[in-house]
Amino acid sequence: MAKHIAVIGDAETVKGFSAVGLDIYPCDDTEQAARLLRNIADGDNYAIIYLTEEVYNSVEKERLRYAERLTPALIPLPGVRGSLQTGRKRLSSFVEKAVGSDIIFND
Amino acid sequence: MAVMNVNPTRMQLSKLKRQLTTAVRGHKMLKDKRDELMRQFLDLVRETRDLREKVETELVSCNAHFVNASAVMSKEALDASLLSPKQQINVEVGSKNVMSVEIPQFETDTRTTDKGDIFPYGFAFTSFELDDAVMNLDALLPDLIKLAQYEKSCELMSAEIEKTRRRVNSLEHVMIPRYQETIKYISMKLEENDRSSRTRLMKVKDMLLDKAHGYSERA
Repeated sequence: MAKHIAVIGDAETVKGFSAVGLDIYPCDDTEQAARLLRNIADGDNYAIIYLTEEVYNSVEKERLRYAERLTPALIPLPGVRGSLQTGRKRLSSFVEKAVGSDIIFND
Repeated sequence: MAVMNVNPTRMQLSKLKRQLTTAVRGHKMLKDKRDELMRQFLDLVRETRDLREKVETELVSCNAHFVNASAVMSKEALDASLLSPKQQINVEVGSKNVMSVEIPQFETDTRTTDKGDIFPYGFAFTSFELDDAVMNLDALLPDLIKLAQYEKSCELMSAEIEKTRRRVNSLEHVMIPRYQETIKYISMKLEENDRSSRTRLMKVKDMLLDKAHGYSERA
């Protein structure tokens, strides 16, 4: 079954993504973001859900529910306000989990 | 290391020996699995790190284009031009099995294949900055999707590596030593029983001989 790609984040950042064919869910309020994420992730219509870093950091509890599943993949992206290095930290946490200590990002 | 609570019998001994061979074989296999997963994981993480760096810098420049566009155009005009998207992306989700970890494979399919036909607005009243922004974002999309696939794979693999590592450690440091100790305990116990019954028999034999021939009286 074909699935789609969603973007959740502040209106400024997500606006552009609609033009290239992604479904956008503007959301400026972090509490609302958690509910929104649950709704669209449980619908199982999306293979990938991009989140702006602000949103990504605010929905930690919801994220864990989808961590073990193949889809949706929840991926943080930097917003218009610049990068918070969330993606890098996330990768480094994976390395730490697998290896025991971060041997890739410790430069 | 604690000895298991079992009866010291031959039956138990052979059962434990069988379990020990299974545990040792399992340990070896899990260790191989862990090492191979780790190798692939580290390669993937390195690749993902580079890809993320690239995507983030590109994305920042895309955002800059959008900010420029919104500076040139009114907010309403900008929103209106992006209101009804032409393009739609469909993702086919496949999966690949890497050392018993299912990792996703995303195949994308777009509604319009023509790169020039993705703009959901007329060019007359919009800024060229907006065109740049949309074009750049569209060019970035394959990388974005690849990034999602890689990062999800990293996430799933790291969880599996952690699990496998725990199993390997528990086999190596708990299960196998415990089996070995118990096997040792049982075989010692059996030998001890053996010796004690042998001495008893010798003693009984002595007593019988003594009774039949009366050695002690003759001496």
